Parts: sequence; C-alpha cells; structure tokens
Amino acid sequence: MPKTELKEYIVMRNREIENIRDLDVYLASGGYAMAKQALTSMTPAAIIDEVKKSGLRGRGGAGFPTGVKWSFVPKELNPKYLVVNADESEPGTFNNHEIIDENPHQLLEGIVISAFAIGANVAYIYIRGEFAYGARFLEQKIAEARARGLIGKNLFGTGYDVEIYVHRGAGAYICGEETALLESLEGKIGQPRLKPPFPAVAGLYAKPTVVNNVETLTNVPRIIEKGADWFRSFGTEKSPGTKAVSISGHVKKPGNYEIPLGITIREFIFDWAGGMRDPNLPLKFIIPGGASSNWLTEQHLDLPMTWDDMAAAGTMLGSGAMVVLDTSVPVVRAALKVDEFFKHESCGKCSPCREGTHFLVKVWERIDEGHGRVGDIELLADVGKQMLGKCFCPLGDSSVSAVNSAIKFFRPELDAAIDAQH
Amino acid sequence: MLYEQHKAEIDEILARYPVDRKRSALLPLLYLAQDVYGRLDRDSIREVAEILDLPYTDVFEVVGFYTLFYNEEVGKVVLDVCDDVPCCFCGAEELVADLENRLGIKAGETTKDKVFTLRRVKCIAACDQAPVLQANLEFHNRVLPDKVEAMLAKLRNDVESGKPVSISGRLAER
Repeated sequence: MPKTELKEYIVMRNREIENIRDLDVYLASGGYAMAKQALTSMTPAAIIDEVKKSGLRGRGGAGFPTGVKWSFVPKELNPKYLVVNADESEPGTFNNHEIIDENPHQLLEGIVISAFAIGANVAYIYIRGEFAYGARFLEQKIAEARARGLIGKNLFGTGYDVEIYVHRGAGAYICGEETALLESLEGKIGQPRLKPPFPAVAGLYAKPTVVNNVETLTNVPRIIEKGADWFRSFGTEKSPGTKAVSISGHVKKPGNYEIPLGITIREFIFDWAGGMRDPNLPLKFIIPGGASSNWLTEQHLDLPMTWDDMAAAGTMLGSGAMVVLDTSVPVVRAALKVDEFFKHESCGKCSPCREGTHFLVKVWERIDEGHGRVGDIELLADVGKQMLGKCFCPLGDSSVSAVNSAIKFFRPELDAAIDAQH
Repeated sequence: MLYEQHKAEIDEILARYPVDRKRSALLPLLYLAQDVYGRLDRDSIREVAEILDLPYTDVFEVVGFYTLFYNEEVGKVVLDVCDDVPCCFCGAEELVADLENRLGIKAGETTKDKVFTLRRVKCIAACDQAPVLQANLEFHNRVLPDKVEAMLAKLRNDVESGKPVSISGRLAER
C-alpha cells in the first residue's frame, strides 16, 4: 500500500515554513490573524462550539474532547485560569519539545484564543524543568508578541486582557497528571488531588481551570481559521485531525511525524519511519503509546492509530509515543527499565503504587541479575493484580503494563530466564 | 541576603502570581537559590522559606521531591544521562560507562575537582536523539563515542574560563 499523504501540516508547520519560530515569519504566514478574528468577531460560545464540532480530542494522552472540557467551566465563577500542560515526560514522547522549540507562536496564539473562549485572563505554561531552554525561549517569544500588542492588555482593541507566564517544574513525571500539576504550580509537591471536584470547577487556587496539552492548543488557531469541517477532513470520524507522533528505538528514521489519525502501525513504522534499523534484527515488540501503554507485537501491525482502535486492542495511543524494539532486546531488561521508571516517579501518596512499584522492580531486578526464583512470574502477576485499579491515579496502574505485556507475549522467554538460573 | 541581592528578579517572579498565592513562586526561587549557593542546604532553604513566609519543613519537603533540586554538593556541570527505555537500548549504557571511565567516578558522584557530577536520569523527551544527555540542562544529542572527549573538554573549558554557570538552567539561552 502506498504511504498515506498528509495534505498539510496542522501543528508541525515548522516542517513546511522555515523559521516559523520567528514572529515576523509567523505573522507573514497568517499568524495571530485568527486570534484577532476570534476576539473581534466571535463570541466565546461560538469558539467553544467550533472546537466541539471539530471533534478535537486532548493530545496529552486521555483523548478527552477539548470543546466539551471547556464547556464544563462555570461562567459565574471568577477568576478562571488556563493552564498549559508542557510537562512532556512520558518515556518515548518528544513532540511537544519540537512544537515549543520550532513553532512556539502557534502555541501562544492557541493559548490566547482558548483563554478568551473560557474567560481566563491569565494562562500559565507549566513546562517540565528539564526544558530550561524551552522555557527561556517561550519567555522570549511571549515578550516579542507582547511588544507587538498580541499578548497583554486590551487585545485588538476589544478590552480583553490576557497574560501568559511560563512556570518551570523541577523534575517529576507525576506533574503531567493535571491535578498534580496544579499542586506543583501552587508550590507544593506534585501529588494528585482527589477528583471530583474537577479542575474545571476547582482547579488552580481552587478556581475554575482548564488544563490543556501543548499540541491540543496548537491545533486551535487552525480550527478557527479553516473550520471544523476542514479539520474533520483529516483522520477518522471519532479521532479527527492529525497527531504529532514520536517514534524511537530501533527504526531507521526515529523522530517526530505528524500523521493523519487512522493510519496503521505497520504503515507508520515501515513507510514513515523507514522500517527496522538492522535488517538482521526483526521487530520484537512495540510500546505504542508511551511507557504506560500495554505492548503490541507483530500481530498488531494492522491496527489503526486512533484512540478508540488502540483502546479496543487493550492498549492506547497515549500522548503519541511509539517505541519500537528489535530482537536484541531482552524482555526482562525492558520490563525492568519501564518499572524502574515508575518506581522512580511514584509520588508516594498511595501505598499500592509506592510499595507495588518497589516490589515489581525488586523481582525484575533479581531475574535480570540471574537470581530469579521459581514462582517469580506468578509473583509479578500477583503484585500487578493487587495494584491494577487500586491506585490513586493512573501512574500505579501504568507500571503493571510492562508486567502483563511481558507475561502475555513472552512467557516462554521469562520462564527460560528463570529456568536457566536453576 | 538572597532577596536583597536579587530583588529585581525575585519581585518579577512574585508578580506572576496572585498576591495571596506567593507560594507559587517556590520552585523558581529554589532554582535561584540553588544557582547562587551551588546547592540547597539548610540555610538556603531557610532563606527561601522566609521570603515566602513558609514553614521551613514545607520547603524542605519540596526540595526532596523534585529531581532538579540538589541537597548535596554538585559539580559546576551536572551531566544527566537518560538511561530509560529506549535510550538504554540505543547506546546510553555505553555512554554512562564511557563517562564513568573518563571522569573516574561512578554515576551519582562528583569529580574531586568539583567540575562534573554524573547522574543517570529518566526520560528527558529526546528519545530520537539517543544516546542523549543534558549538561546543566542543555541538550547534547547523539553523544556517540567519538564525541565524548570534545564535549567534556568544552564543558571543562567553559567552567575554567569563568563563563557564568547555572546548574538550574536559569540562564539558559538557545
């Protein structure tokens, strides 16, 4: 099958317009015209309606419809906040990184339009602490736009004010979870909050707050410019639009790709990313949606990349992060590394996750080091069972993905690893 | 001390948040204190706590929670090598071993001359650039064996020539 063509870029427009990171180039390509149009000729309700009609779903992982999320904000409560989740930390994900570095003004324009739509006068970009350069860069870009009257007071003479501030995290994956992010933005340790209340009603400083991912907001100016129907001409009915997907591991051309939603995993790996790196080392397994997701193998290559198809196959599209691994990778080591991540990043709030991730790593580690015990695979499965669905937030559950996937697809390899040790 | 010496920067940070929510300024102020004092010891934590009218223990807890705040002494250059999936299968282990060998330390340690600290870290969102590291949060992509020596020499030279150093990435420029 020939490679599906992407008609045009929606979010990674830096790939077709050189130096779009520069304000003058962005303006010359029609930049901030949509913010002007939205603020001067549309009501907030009309913007929300257009985004709802577009079917735009949150690009951070959950895939929740963005317009619906916005409509949950109670009109009568003020102030309201827009918080941008730029805490890109899911292992395998690096597409927000590119948007921030290469197409920052489209993100900022999306923030202006979205803040206006929900009635917020302040937006915070919560960016992971490791993106120190990205944070400074965004601050410079905000200052440039501010100097031209594109961010700040009385925008386009409408009387609407919006300030955008960059707030750096300090190294904690859990802060990608929206309520933990809000805790961190309030200067506390990043532990998730009990929901409800949801941030739309009581978020930052207990005020109505919308938390949206970088890529999600970067879509917004184009939806306003070209309309919901145009947006829906990309992707599938339930997963309209495109997705910036990061691919890494043992493929020839690792990197970011903006794909129309709905292409198959096979097409993505073999036509877009050039296939496997070493012709002598075939595909062993795929971590399709970041470290949190259940693994897939060769039998799943014809699965379409949409939120719903991936969910139906027992995994997820997540934040768009595909890690492709070849037969040189030992399953035990891969599972150990994934669970080491979750152990390191567990916030410590709930015991199933705090203790469970430690148990998992301890058992994986002894198998990896050659001291596995008979019954260890059953032990891993049992610990996983005690964690799944019992943790305070999705982080704990995510650590079980590696366990269940390894057992489901590679039981003989696991058994052989332990047998060889006795 | 910290406030008096960095009043403009601190006031600018505080102005980003509502007046009754100045605790939000905690992370940025800790970055500043860490750059000024080289690490977040008890005295610097106390100073930040006083600026924000927070109990000392609240700030101590925050410092312990986040990986980019350093209680212990670190070198002028903190090298953070990602050893997560997929980097660990794309050259990260070899890179860590090479750096350990050249610097004469193990991951988690600081060189005797206090120039380098080497750490293993979790995903830093540059998986396609494996093996990848950050030096004071500046990305060094595809650090293949033939690039290590020159990279270390340049970083050491930057320190010795007195270039301003920010272990917190506060002064980052593209």
